[in-house]
Amino acid sequence: MGSHLWNRKHLLGMADLSREEIQSILDAAASLREVNRREIKKVPTLRGKTVINLFFENSTRTRTSFELAGKRMSADVINMSVASSSVKKGETLIDTLATLQAMNPDVVVIRHPESGAQEFLARHLDTAIVNAGDGRHEHPTQALLDLLTIHDHLPLLDRSGFEGLVVAVCGDSLHSRVARSIALGLRAMGGEVRFVGPPGLIPPKAEEAFGARVYHDMEEGLDGAHVVMALRLQLERMTVGFIPSVREYFAFWGLTRARLARAAPGAFVMHPGPINRGVEISSEVADDRERSVILEQVANGLAVRMAVLYRLCGVGGGR
Amino acid sequence: MSGFVLIRGGRVIDPANGMDATGDVLLEDGIIRAVGRPDVPSGAKVLEADGLVVAPGLVDMHVHLREPGFEYKETIAGGTLAAAAGGVTTVACMPNTRPVNDDPSITGYILQKALLEGIVNVAPIGAVTKGLEGRELTEMGLLMRAGCVAFSDDGRPVADSGLMRRALDYSRAFGALIIQHAEEPSLSAGGCMHEGVVSSRLGLPGLPAAAESVMVDRDIRLVELTGGRYHVAHISVAGAVEAVARARARGLPVSCEVAPHHFSLTDEAVVGYDTDAKMSPPLRSVEDRNALLEGLARGVITVIATDHAPHDSDSKRVEFCHASNGVVGLETMLPVSLELVRDGVMTWMDCLRAMTVAPARLLGLDRGRGTLSPGSVADLVLFDPEAVWVVDAARLHGTSKNTCFHGRRVRGRVKKTLVAGRIVFDDDL
Ligand SMILES: [Zn+2]
Repeated sequence: MGSHLWNRKHLLGMADLSREEIQSILDAAASLREVNRREIKKVPTLRGKTVINLFFENSTRTRTSFELAGKRMSADVINMSVASSSVKKGETLIDTLATLQAMNPDVVVIRHPESGAQEFLARHLDTAIVNAGDGRHEHPTQALLDLLTIHDHLPLLDRSGFEGLVVAVCGDSLHSRVARSIALGLRAMGGEVRFVGPPGLIPPKAEEAFGARVYHDMEEGLDGAHVVMALRLQLERMTVGFIPSVREYFAFWGLTRARLARAAPGAFVMHPGPINRGVEISSEVADDRERSVILEQVANGLAVRMAVLYRLCGVGGGR
Repeated sequence: MSGFVLIRGGRVIDPANGMDATGDVLLEDGIIRAVGRPDVPSGAKVLEADGLVVAPGLVDMHVHLREPGFEYKETIAGGTLAAAAGGVTTVACMPNTRPVNDDPSITGYILQKALLEGIVNVAPIGAVTKGLEGRELTEMGLLMRAGCVAFSDDGRPVADSGLMRRALDYSRAFGALIIQHAEEPSLSAGGCMHEGVVSSRLGLPGLPAAAESVMVDRDIRLVELTGGRYHVAHISVAGAVEAVARARARGLPVSCEVAPHHFSLTDEAVVGYDTDAKMSPPLRSVEDRNALLEGLARGVITVIATDHAPHDSDSKRVEFCHASNGVVGLETMLPVSLELVRDGVMTWMDCLRAMTVAPARLLGLDRGRGTLSPGSVADLVLFDPEAVWVVDAARLHGTSKNTCFHGRRVRGRVKKTLVAGRIVFDDDL
């Protein structure tokens, strides 16, 4: 599986990854998908390995995906949740270190509400770390599963590679780790990324930081795009004060069928989930089997996470 | 030390007197008697200064000593030791202690402690408002009588415009200097680094440059209104430098200081989420840094001050946004500032002026601090301008080691520091 291309200890973000490294993970994931179609969905690859899922933030979807990925490869998987209410001033993070070290795991999968928390732990911990989302910084396995999904659809777009592919990332990219990771991943693969959304919800200097083109007009931003990715508007906490109302947001930046018509022929719609129907995306677009690949994303997430665990456990390839 | 001391054969640089020449400095009973080629009384103790620069002891007008209240971060004893090791003979200490230095009794406590345990001069800065709460003015007159040399709510801005107007107005009764930590809270809220490309890449909430320049603009309007003496602490953005330049050109009593970390580093230093590169104001963009260098070169920024802010390692070994703001700076102030001379930004004279007589005059320090004029107190630094060394956090003298210059190769090393003629730091020991 081209393991010579992978000699990293951690997967902290897409920012570090080369095109070859990304391709090697996508290849591995594509071949591991086969396991998930078997009657007995289990291989012994990671027998005797221990994977700890350490979640400082609730996320049933991502945690379950990692858990299943580990189990399908016969690893021992332990879930640890640390309620975010008890995380005060990082004390828990330092305290958790000692506990983790004692368990001597092979891989720790971490989600944390603070940007950079995994890099902080990587400096202090002697174990391989997978970033399962840190603050508004990165979410590399999401970007990898998105890239795999796009890769699967390239033939339908009459394309053979990512080169020149236009992906419009729509909505609140300022607070989105998914937006950052996919932008960096696509740039590495030679694609073109657009950030489309209201001023104030786009990361400052996004052109320079991510090589993204910025559009505040939704129609213009979608014009000729091959892939449209709608981001979840995080109503609970983040967007208060940034936009006047959900009604206004949907009126100007909601992904509707009419707007989608501006995209390239055969363009399809992605969403990292969970969806706010009628906020960032209309139900008719979200549920359109022809256009929406949201369920494929979930399936690919499992395969990508299996590939990542496989790589970081150092099986069949030096790290 | 009683009797005569001759500091012989050094390059004597005394910006207060426009002097830069090889010569001797003669001290008697802790007072400077003569500079140049004085007649040497028999029995004088001799300090050889061949190859060294002899200059007035540095004056750092922005230091956090943390005592009383936060002795686990730093003490007056430890902080003044760090100062001595950095060639700094006078530190002005900020009032954000616990309790806050907003009452003459606290000022008295600090000065008493400094007398007993400090090894360099300590000049307390009183709070502008009681408890740093931004509501009621402190007793500026009584605080000055107790020994305060200026006023600041540093760590926080005086945010309320009406209150800032009153402070600038009332301070005129005593000729007091108001030092502002310029930051508009509604613009900086939530931010934990400079807002720009790097904050976008790191996914850290940013704090825009405008948060500082908006406040400086406002304050300058209030100086126009009141005529109070106003000083911008740790200036960090181009817009604020521009505003100060305009105000000074119009003859307003406005000045500002810059910290070595702001003119020598940019927000790139935060990459990797290094909490030792976290301070307030944050490290800024390349453009801002260039504006600071230009401000120093053009004489808009007249003071270099460290904002020395010790923090225990627990306050720094956390997620970036949770880490305390601040870095130590006393022991790296001189060599990092000398980079300005080597890079052609400032002359030796101007660079040393910004760390000696300029801050001393702003604070109205008595007995001729920051100068080698005969009759002044013999506060001096002797340093080897060519000695190259690498900053090592573990070898710093202060209690806390949170430097952003760890591993930096610097040139210029303090050999001896004298306070009132007494050697308080000797690199050769
Ligand atoms: Zn301050």
